[in-house]
Amino acid sequence: MSKYYLGIDLGSTTSKAVIINEQDEIIGRGITNTRANYSVAADIARMEAIYNARFSILKKNLSKEIELKPQYKRYLADLENIFQYEQFKVRIDKLGDELLKSCIINFQGEKQNTLLEHLRMIRKIIKPKIKNEYIYGNLGAKNQFFRDIVSEKYNEEVNKFDISLFEPLMTIWDKSITAAENEIVNFDFEALIKQAIDLLKEKYHNLPDNPEDIPIGSGTDFDSEMYLLKGDFHNVSESLRDRIYEVANLEFNIANMTGTGYGRALLPFPEDCIRSEILCHAFGAHAVFPDTRTVLDIGGQDTKAIQVDKYGLVTSFQMNDRCAAGCGRYLGYIADEMSISINELGPMAMKAEKEVPICSTCTVFAGAELRELTNLGEKREDILGGLHKAIIMRAMSLIARSGGVFNEFTFTGGVARNQAVIKYLAQLVRENYGNDIKINIHTDSIFMGALGGAMFARRNLNVDLPSAKKARAQAL
Amino acid sequence: MSNPKEAIKENSMIIQKEMLGNLFTELSTAKENGKKVVYTFVPGNLTELILALDMLPVYPEINALQSGMRKKSGSYIKDAEKMGFSEDVCTYVKCDIGMMLSGNIGPTGEKLPDPDLLLLSYTGCFTFLKWFENLERLYPGVEIAMLHTPYQEDGTITQDQVNYMVKQLKEDVIPKMEKVAGKKLDYDRLSKMLENSAKAEDLWVKVLQTAKNRPSPIDSYFAGVYYMGPLFTAFRGSEKAVEYYQELYNEVTERLKQGLLPVTPEGEMKEERFRLVVEGPPNWTNFREFWKIFYDMGAVIVASTYTKVGGVYDQGFRHEPDKPLESLAKYCMGCYTNLNLPQRVDLLEYYIKEYKADGFLINSIKSCNSFSAGQLLMMREIEQRCGVPVGFIESDLVDPRYFSYANIKNRLESYFQMLGQRKVIMAQEEAQV
Repeated sequence: MSKYYLGIDLGSTTSKAVIINEQDEIIGRGITNTRANYSVAADIARMEAIYNARFSILKKNLSKEIELKPQYKRYLADLENIFQYEQFKVRIDKLGDELLKSCIINFQGEKQNTLLEHLRMIRKIIKPKIKNEYIYGNLGAKNQFFRDIVSEKYNEEVNKFDISLFEPLMTIWDKSITAAENEIVNFDFEALIKQAIDLLKEKYHNLPDNPEDIPIGSGTDFDSEMYLLKGDFHNVSESLRDRIYEVANLEFNIANMTGTGYGRALLPFPEDCIRSEILCHAFGAHAVFPDTRTVLDIGGQDTKAIQVDKYGLVTSFQMNDRCAAGCGRYLGYIADEMSISINELGPMAMKAEKEVPICSTCTVFAGAELRELTNLGEKREDILGGLHKAIIMRAMSLIARSGGVFNEFTFTGGVARNQAVIKYLAQLVRENYGNDIKINIHTDSIFMGALGGAMFARRNLNVDLPSAKKARAQAL
Repeated sequence: MSNPKEAIKENSMIIQKEMLGNLFTELSTAKENGKKVVYTFVPGNLTELILALDMLPVYPEINALQSGMRKKSGSYIKDAEKMGFSEDVCTYVKCDIGMMLSGNIGPTGEKLPDPDLLLLSYTGCFTFLKWFENLERLYPGVEIAMLHTPYQEDGTITQDQVNYMVKQLKEDVIPKMEKVAGKKLDYDRLSKMLENSAKAEDLWVKVLQTAKNRPSPIDSYFAGVYYMGPLFTAFRGSEKAVEYYQELYNEVTERLKQGLLPVTPEGEMKEERFRLVVEGPPNWTNFREFWKIFYDMGAVIVASTYTKVGGVYDQGFRHEPDKPLESLAKYCMGCYTNLNLPQRVDLLEYYIKEYKADGFLINSIKSCNSFSAGQLLMMREIEQRCGVPVGFIESDLVDPRYFSYANIKNRLESYFQMLGQRKVIMAQEEAQV
């Protein structure tokens, strides 16, 4: 039986889980927002990673078939998407119950009735809306967090009502979301897959034969693969069925695990399965890019400049102290100030024609500065350009403190997903350390800490570093 | 965080406590007994001169650190800030001034006497000058003596510099001290004291050097700050100090013989996993918690620069009875923060190699420019010269607002894991060879 290894990175903002195989390849990724209850966050990330790993194994098993038939690839992607919706469905129902419960506890009489009536209306609207966006849209790929998705929809509905209902409905929301989010639901993978398969049938059955008949704005991306699948749906579904159930029933053996990140001390892991996130990020980044000597990680609340040696071992590190301005949370705050989603910040900043100088010493002051600059007539794009540059300027000072940039430079952490941050980072690293510096940013940058953790788990924390062997071989 | 339990104390610590207790009692009755009181600083202190003139020394930095350890510094600092001292001013200064504003009650609960003389004998720290300027305003009319100490810009002490300092001592500092004391300096008595100083210094160096053993019987930083007390403050030159260091040395050699590890507030350490050299003063407001992070991880500080602020004796300097003023001059110029950066880096390199340290750690202090300036450069130099993992944490001397337990613990844990990992890999490498 194959052995798998799990790394969990409990960050201040998001919790990540990575599963690797015995070749250090990532086969499963899970991510969720960190919440007050760390162990729930870790469990949810872990379960997601295991589900994702099953899909990876399935795709691997079917790799030859997928190559021959592009519609298989589309089917599996759709299936994974809808599988995620099936999990969400359970939580949405739970949230609905919690909303009604909180309303009854916190409000009485006529007010309670009015609110209950509105809550039922919201329930009726948002569930099919989310379902629709999952099936026909591509919601799963856009956003992975339950809280973000449902809160956006809830707010949309609340804003349609009379203003007097806003505050009580938001109070009810605040009192309900945590309970809905924190409940651990042990999903039956096979049952969920079965439901997803049925739902897919429904989707393709309902799809119009002619792409032109798809209503504009439905979000449906009617590409050639989907067209192929539409015609061949029953055959695809039937021929993949057994292979899908085979993976669903696969016994999953996690041989060892490592916890890292801010909440690591709270994980129910033995002491020797807990590692500092500095070591894990460095180890993960070094595993993916073995010539890396400098790693920059920008997470939710801290920025770390790490120097590693040829084995991927940390030789020194510098972290922001006393203040977390310039980290992920800083971006989150700015997004809130601008009333846009955090994912829109980067693309908007990419449109900047100049960078308006902005302070990065304090998150709250930066928010005030932003309003002031807007009043002065500066464009949002240019302000955001300046803001993203400010983040990197702050990181550059940490990098300098840690000793500078050597060889290859790898950027990890959640903020490495932001295109504008990458743009200014590349610019400033090259300005300061020369054009020859190779800059690595992996699509899995946010998972680097969890990957490093999983790799430590596979090595049982101390022995048999492959890079050490390689370096030894080279030395001989 | 740990609940502070009653700390386990060594015999020498009990002796020291008694010495301090007596001093503070003497201080509290100084005015009644007609004793004159001199406020002065630890680096480059002229304790033998003060004692030889039968005056009593008070060290404002020591009061500040004691206030920090007794959890009083927070409110003292706030009092000083209310008076107009900025957030950025050295917290020793603010704590000291706050304490004076609150009645100048010393660590034993007895009131400290007002100064008859402010003796500034080390000027390498610019803040010291400003500190005493402020004290002068608090105690109008108080006598002031200033000894200008040249910085070791070129890394050496020249004869001209020594002459310059001796001249100041003879023509200005000593006459002023004599005036306040109401008596002439007895040079024979001074020489006798310097003889005691040298004896105590010999023993102190031997104590420090026991940390070269593996495992080390002492922690040269966390316990070192207690060990250095008598020599760096009011007792250097006294018989009592020689007695204390003899007792300490006996204790430590006995521990060494028995193969015992350093004593911590929670008893003996059981395992020496990491040997570290530390640069920078410790944090005082959370001293026990700070220390605990180290001993819980099996980390022993085998050498530190902070325990050299009152003299870098392990590099050979001794007070000389037959050249009293010259040796006092050299002493002032030789204290750790008066060394230039290359000298400090050389010293650190020597410690790391000589004490076979696994790592080098800097505790950078927000309040202290004398220590903090140049520390990043030192860190890089050490990394290159010694190839040991380096760590960097930040805290403050006595401002509790600047000690973030979670952040410091997080960084130290990472650092210790770094060291642990390196040990494993290095052992594997050696096994391969």
